[in-house]
Amino acid sequence: MAQLLTMVVQRLALGLLTLFVVSLIIFLGVELLPGDLAEAILGQAATPDTVAAFRKELKLDLPPHERYFDWLFGILQGDLGRSLANKREISELMGARLGNTLFLAALAAVIAVPLAVFLGILAALYRNSIFDRAINIVTLTSISFPEFFIAYILILFLAVNAGWFPSIANVSGELPFWERVYRCILPALTLTLVCVAHMMRMTRAAIINLLASPYIEMANLKGLKRARIIMRHALPNALAPIINVVVINLAYLVVGVVIVEVVFVYPGMGQLLVDSVSKRDIPVVQSSSLFFAVAYILLNLFADLMAIVTNPRLLHPR
Amino acid sequence: MTTDSSGNGPGNGKDNDILLTMRGLRIEGQADEEWQEIVHGIDLDLRRGEVLGLIGESGAGKSTIGLAAMGYARPGCRISGGEILFNGIDLMAASEEEKRQLRGVRISYVAQSAAASFNPAHKLIDQFSETPVQHGVKPRSEAESDAKVLFRKLQLPYPDTIGNRYPHQVSGGQLQRAMTAMAMACHPDLIVFDEPTTALDVTTQIEVLAAIKDVVREFNTAAIYITHDLAVVAQMADRIMVLRWGDLIEEGTARDLLANPQDPYTRDLLAVRTFAKDHNGDEKAKTPLLAVEGVTASYGNSVRVLHDVSVSIHHSRTVAVVGESGSGKSTLARAITGLLPPEAGRVLYEGEPLPNALEGRDKEQLRRIQMIYQMPDTALNPRQRIREIIGRPLSFYFGLTGAEKENRIKELLTKIELDPDDFIDRFPGELSGGQKQRICIARALAAEPDLIICDEVTSALDQLVAEEILKLLQSLQDDVGVSYLFITHDLATVRAIADEIIVMLQGKVVEQGPKDEVLHPPHHEYTELLLSSVPEMDPDWLDGVLEKRRAANQ
Repeated sequence: MAQLLTMVVQRLALGLLTLFVVSLIIFLGVELLPGDLAEAILGQAATPDTVAAFRKELKLDLPPHERYFDWLFGILQGDLGRSLANKREISELMGARLGNTLFLAALAAVIAVPLAVFLGILAALYRNSIFDRAINIVTLTSISFPEFFIAYILILFLAVNAGWFPSIANVSGELPFWERVYRCILPALTLTLVCVAHMMRMTRAAIINLLASPYIEMANLKGLKRARIIMRHALPNALAPIINVVVINLAYLVVGVVIVEVVFVYPGMGQLLVDSVSKRDIPVVQSSSLFFAVAYILLNLFADLMAIVTNPRLLHPR
Repeated sequence: MTTDSSGNGPGNGKDNDILLTMRGLRIEGQADEEWQEIVHGIDLDLRRGEVLGLIGESGAGKSTIGLAAMGYARPGCRISGGEILFNGIDLMAASEEEKRQLRGVRISYVAQSAAASFNPAHKLIDQFSETPVQHGVKPRSEAESDAKVLFRKLQLPYPDTIGNRYPHQVSGGQLQRAMTAMAMACHPDLIVFDEPTTALDVTTQIEVLAAIKDVVREFNTAAIYITHDLAVVAQMADRIMVLRWGDLIEEGTARDLLANPQDPYTRDLLAVRTFAKDHNGDEKAKTPLLAVEGVTASYGNSVRVLHDVSVSIHHSRTVAVVGESGSGKSTLARAITGLLPPEAGRVLYEGEPLPNALEGRDKEQLRRIQMIYQMPDTALNPRQRIREIIGRPLSFYFGLTGAEKENRIKELLTKIELDPDDFIDRFPGELSGGQKQRICIARALAAEPDLIICDEVTSALDQLVAEEILKLLQSLQDDVGVSYLFITHDLATVRAIADEIIVMLQGKVVEQGPKDEVLHPPHHEYTELLLSSVPEMDPDWLDGVLEKRRAANQ
């Protein structure tokens, strides 16, 4: 247990270091973008004087390193700063959208992860059968199409033709839970279709890999039932690789949903990021990117932790 | 003959004594999309409480036949013909579900590698109880108390609590006994033992053999005991069947067969351990070829594996290093080659100190010490032809190219008794285990070394093949005068090939000297244990040794 704790602390410290590097990269990347907020708002017709005055007001005239450290110290004190475009607190701006993004990711994960693991186990059990091939073809097809294509197909069939679900995932704070779920179904389904194949194939591969091992033969020769052999003897040993790929996909669900959010006009972090980039609202871009980095780091830490917890060799050393 | 489960069998009225019958058993294996017969019509009868030994080299079909007794064929195999009757039940006709209900309850299996056959994710007690509980034979609590009784009978340490450990927390020999306990969990009529001691050290093997023999006797369980080691099977079996390439060669009671083998193949198997070298190389006189002085080494900072080890090897001599797994034999080789730089001590080559670490040594120093490994499969790059494998040291050390290199490769192939024109363009996958090991030898020879370190080079091979390899190594030594550092746990090999013997225990040298001195009393206590644990062909040997040890302890 002590070993586990040391690892968590070490990894958190490393995570902070990573975050610092990421913040530098984000800042430099954003610096490289052509144009700034002043030009974007005032437009082509503005005189150089107005642009300069506006820049001064926004502190855009300061040298980059001063702006960077301003921003960094602000964050260290818990202050993300204000949006340049509308002067609102960034924390407030992100707050609601963060909730929306996490809600959508969670909804998609709740559908996708059990489905993928379940299908993967079935595919491993009935390896090379028609069922296995069918699952493989369907999931590989869905992963091969671009997300927006799947999104529009779903909208066409489930929203326009059948009329079962709304084509725009319009949510706000006061919606009751199930109403919220209902409105988010199409984006969640899109995300599910996109990430199930990866997780399912990994589950299948991890389990098939184990089915050739001597302890599975032993379980067979002990006369155990097939379902028990898979669930009790194969699955626990396949957890580490499965968890890893699940976490990669969870990270994708949090971080990579930009396109899906845009298609469904869903008020999440991805939308915010896209809007802010087009407006050159630098502080918001930086804060959103930093949040994505945090999500990645925490999820990977979680994956490593689970790999230890599910492996008795690491959890109970000799 | 009575067993606690007689009366369940539907065979009442018939010959109740016979438990298992096989008639004309044929098994096919799939190779390259084609089915080929690997067992050609075997007949087998096993009475209740009888132990039948199946013996043969790899590819003889022993395991396949043993598993067929459970109505089981490994993936890629199928039982294609014949008849298997277990306790009156026709296993060929039985449904998968009927067979499943027999397995674990009436017939159980003990695998070769307990370390691989126990599920690493579950505690021993959970895996033990699983069979009785899942088959509804007894409730969990009863199974657990049964486990403790069996663990005690099999002389496992802490029988009451050892079940709470995970497989990786228990040693190999203990795990093998725990697996035997698990096989006995439902008091089956038949247990198939598939090479249960092959992966163990001799000193551990003898304990496991004794434990298995005791329980099988006590519960009057019938057993099929599969092994490639005649001396082991002599201790365990009432009757022996000798198999080769899926055919029965010879069958008889253990005593008859050992005393009076009829078939030439059986005689070969019995004669395997007779090879002995006749020359002794240079006498100790000049500076040794290689001297290891006070070497101490460890992995990481934690585990010290070698303590102050000193060894010397003279020209044209074979020094054998023996000891159990974990005694530091292979680590010694790693320290000599510089793969694991020693913390203290030094390695002298013809009186000159060698740089401790591999990186510090020049090409010439590297060339003069070569290694051959235990697993020829993993030591050869499967995607390179023999030409490239042997050619590489030739161009690396001597800059040979073109026809010169080609001639030298062929010369080396001739030396290791393989037809050059036939083998030079083959891939390792197209060779047998013994041929692969020969290629490894040729690769080492290509560098024209003075010393070859042989790390368990024969332990992955069948006895007859291993014998051929030993003869080859010996004739090469006679021919080119190379020295060997021969690492092995097999004392028969040591007797055959060594000039000097070093006995290691827990990273220390406990005894060293010329072969005759070490092998003849008085010995160090550990050498004595090691020597007395090597099974002999005499069927009474095991009981005799155990008797002697018991007497000595009192």
